[in-house]
Amino acid sequence: MAVILFVVVRALATQVAQQGQDNILNASLSSILDTAVVRDGSVTLDFPYSSFSMLSTNADDRVYYAIYEDGTLLSGYEKLPAPDVLKADHRHFDTASFSGEKIRIASGARLLLASDGPRTVSVSVAQTQDALSETLNAISRNVALLGVGFFILSSGLALWAASTTSSQLHRLTRSVTRRGPQDLSPVTKAVPTEMGPLVGSLNMFMQRLDHTLQQSEDFIAEAAHRIRTPLATVRSHAEATLQRVEHAENRAALQSMVRAIDESSRAAGQLLDHAMVTFRTENLNMEEVDLVEVLQDLVQRMTPVAEMKDIALSLQTEGPAVLAGDAILLQNALRNLIDNALKYAPSETDVVIRTAKDDGISISILDDGAGFDLAEMHTLSGRFVRGKDTGNKIGSGLGLTIAQEVTTAHGGTMTLRNRPEGGACVTLSF
Amino acid sequence: MRYLVLLVSLLLPSALTAQEWEDRQVFGTSEAVSLRILSSTDTSFFAPIIEDFIETAPHISVEYLVTGTVDLDHAFRASPADFDVVISSAMDLQFKLTNDGFAAPLVDLDHPEWAQWHDRLFAFTSEPAAIVINRKAFGDLPLPRSRQDLIALMRAHPDRFQERVGTYDVRQSGLGYLFATQDARASETFWRLMEVMGRTGARLYCCSGQMIDDLRKGELVMAYNVLGSYAQAQAEQSEELTVILPSEFPTTMMRTVLMSKDARSPQAAEGFIRHLLMLQETGDALKFPLPPLTQSQNDDLLRTINLEPALITYLDKIKKQAFMREWENALVQEYRNYTP
Repeated sequence: MAVILFVVVRALATQVAQQGQDNILNASLSSILDTAVVRDGSVTLDFPYSSFSMLSTNADDRVYYAIYEDGTLLSGYEKLPAPDVLKADHRHFDTASFSGEKIRIASGARLLLASDGPRTVSVSVAQTQDALSETLNAISRNVALLGVGFFILSSGLALWAASTTSSQLHRLTRSVTRRGPQDLSPVTKAVPTEMGPLVGSLNMFMQRLDHTLQQSEDFIAEAAHRIRTPLATVRSHAEATLQRVEHAENRAALQSMVRAIDESSRAAGQLLDHAMVTFRTENLNMEEVDLVEVLQDLVQRMTPVAEMKDIALSLQTEGPAVLAGDAILLQNALRNLIDNALKYAPSETDVVIRTAKDDGISISILDDGAGFDLAEMHTLSGRFVRGKDTGNKIGSGLGLTIAQEVTTAHGGTMTLRNRPEGGACVTLSF
Repeated sequence: MRYLVLLVSLLLPSALTAQEWEDRQVFGTSEAVSLRILSSTDTSFFAPIIEDFIETAPHISVEYLVTGTVDLDHAFRASPADFDVVISSAMDLQFKLTNDGFAAPLVDLDHPEWAQWHDRLFAFTSEPAAIVINRKAFGDLPLPRSRQDLIALMRAHPDRFQERVGTYDVRQSGLGYLFATQDARASETFWRLMEVMGRTGARLYCCSGQMIDDLRKGELVMAYNVLGSYAQAQAEQSEELTVILPSEFPTTMMRTVLMSKDARSPQAAEGFIRHLLMLQETGDALKFPLPPLTQSQNDDLLRTINLEPALITYLDKIKKQAFMREWENALVQEYRNYTP
């Protein structure tokens, strides 16, 4: 656009400037030609001082002229490239080269009637084009500036328009990003009409997603229920049968069956826990959670299990430890850790849960068991990885994985270490 | 016939290059660079300028050649490579030399726009044409203030002025022709004055110097269109001379300098012109004995001839012939021209 503007204006300016120079040359030419008279039989021209005075320019252009009578030079510059044949009262303009410079030359002729017949006087006036090109350059400069200004202005406007539109998009993006994990309600904020269809389909998609998520949550709950309940039934039947069977071989078989059922039930539970954890960590349902409350609840619920093994389960706290997090997940993680501790701790020992508040909140679960195998410590939190010396303990290898994933999802760290006095210590720091 | 002789002499530049100079002087002793200046200005005015220049550039020696403005024009046109710098008081001839491409451009000169043309021709003095009177010979007549006064005086006292009035022979002096054409352009009074001077048998001179000499000797009572600068210098020495600037339209000429496009020592030439213009600007009368530039726009009393294309008008062959014819008709009615 700017280039087209430049070219067009420059061409127009050239035309106008050339017209201007031609007009002055023509005036000069006419003022000379008008003075031509035949006196005493010879042509003479008493042209005024102003004929050349009017050709003064800022750039001090050179001036050339030539006066001819019937094609013969009367005076002036003889090598001036003037047209040979000129009609009377007709003006001829031309651009030519003279003594190495570009000149504009105007020529005209007049018919004089002398006693011995008609005579044609022709005059050419020429001027170099320094002032013209100076003017043109000045105009070109201005037009170029104008063009650049025009370009900058239109680019600025385009950028402004684009940024206005994209800022709406950004706002929409931000409002969608900022939503909580459960918030899949449609976007209702006013948007530009151009973005209406996009927001509409986005809303539709979210609706479908919401529906799918609902279904998948339902499926997890349903699956947990469907697997655990029949397993519990089978276990109770097996237990009942065990009471009645007296044959040692059959008892042993039934006992191992009960163990396998326990293992399956636990594994199913943990698998579902893990699936649930995986699902929930991606969509954390943040709320204020008092970990001490969670732990108290857990201790209360698990004390019977501990008592069965003659393990003293105790909780040592320093007042409430409030954290922004997903209560269900945190409870799940802590339950798995306590479960582990109870499982691996020998009878008649202590399992202590300790909370502390230093820079953040830390929860340590300590037992008096065998502790971790140092060589395995790094791999233990991987999926389905179990320690070597777990013996006949029931487990799926998901307990630490769940705890690890939940902790990481809450921006915390889980550290495993062995206590100097013996036993394992798992610490969650938030 | 006169023109034929003139034309023949124009067409024989070789005869002119071997010409006798009015003056020829060499400044400086160095043989490293020699600068040839062709000038119409008397050496006495330029000696301090050249000496000052050589002080700043001792490796340059200057050959200063003086001749009349018309001769100068012919000599330079014939062999532009023989001269580095051309100085003349005939603005029209200098202008035409520049217009015809004989001058080299000098850029970045801090010189007023009105005192230069095409970056090639530079004016460096403002010198009015004056009426100069020998007071002793003039006697008790009232001093004329204008051309009108002059006409009235000559008409009233033909005896006293008979053959004792001088002016330029425009056929020989380029400056005289310039003054005459500019006068004629300004007022018809000029032609009446010429007629009156013709009737009193005016003597015609090639140069201001001779006119002033004759004035001082008392051979002339009055001279018209004498270069004010020359006359003033003489008037300061002798009490007899009075310089009068005509009150109605004093014609003021600017002496101009150009550098030859074929200069053999272009650097020295440019250096000299820069030095000359610099001295003009400082206005130190000891180093620059010529009247410095005066902008006529600010001074109505000095009507300066502009450096413009119109200067070539009266150099046109037809115009020149017509003017010469009219001038001769008026002044040289009986061809009583002075031939020294």
